[in-house]
Amino acid sequence: MKAIVNVYLKEGVLDPQGKATRHALESMNFKSVQNVRIGKQIIITLDSEDREAAEKEVKEMCETLLANTVIEDYTIEIV
Amino acid sequence: MLDNQQTVMKVAILRFPGTNCEFDTQYAFGKLGHQTVLVWHKEESLPTDIDLVVVPGGFSYGDYLRSGSIARFSPIMKAVVEYADKGGKVLGICNGFQILTEAGLLPGALKRNNNLHFISKHQHLKVINNDNPFLNQCSNEEILTIPIAHADGNYYIDDEGLSKLEQNGQILLRYCDENGEREIVNGSVTSIAGICNETKNVFGLMPHPERAMESILGSEDGTKMLQGFEQ
Repeated sequence: MKAIVNVYLKEGVLDPQGKATRHALESMNFKSVQNVRIGKQIIITLDSEDREAAEKEVKEMCETLLANTVIEDYTIEIV
Repeated sequence: MLDNQQTVMKVAILRFPGTNCEFDTQYAFGKLGHQTVLVWHKEESLPTDIDLVVVPGGFSYGDYLRSGSIARFSPIMKAVVEYADKGGKVLGICNGFQILTEAGLLPGALKRNNNLHFISKHQHLKVINNDNPFLNQCSNEEILTIPIAHADGNYYIDDEGLSKLEQNGQILLRYCDENGEREIVNGSVTSIAGICNETKNVFGLMPHPERAMESILGSEDGTKMLQGFEQ
């Protein structure tokens, strides 16, 4: 079982990397670009059969280490 | 230098894999006549009879995941949190500041500089609040020159947290220009360069006072900052 964790800066917290990338895309004439947010993806391989328990455990990992909830949000997908 | 009236402090300086300012910090406190002891991060307790813990600058764990995020789980940090909870004085410089926010000993967080650059230069700072054991040798509104060297120094705190900091006098230093006007250096909320906790025994700042101990190297303004702890 794998957990795919996406961590990104909260809405309202300026994402300077996203902003710089948006400007670059605009300068390349990708006119439809409105906003770019950059985050990171963490893929965790788990020795677990229980989907629900795995999700609970990964949530705890996010709250303690993987995300800094002062500035970041996260999503968890179990696959 | 110490005169005979002052007591010699014992300063514990932490070392994580990737710390690189521990010897500068040792030099700075040694120059002021104090004893220092380096403490490896795998230790589970701090030396006895210490007067101050310094979490120095560097790149603990290569800044992987987020600056300071992995170091805060090192065994020694449990002892540091206990020491701080009992009122012990803790100073975090640069990466040390990041570690202390990650550990929850200081509010807010430090994110990537707005211009995405590693900024390394001498920087003017304004003393905002000297009513604490760190900056008591400085005057309020005083302008200091201290080197900065960081990529993740962009201090963030939400509006509610910011007003708490302001009300409790927890904002210690702000980036400014030579005339004392606020300067946007890295994108920090209201140009904050250093803060303390509510009980004023845990301090964090991005600038490096330990690199400002010799006028021949550009500034000795770090001296009076570190001397604050002698009082």
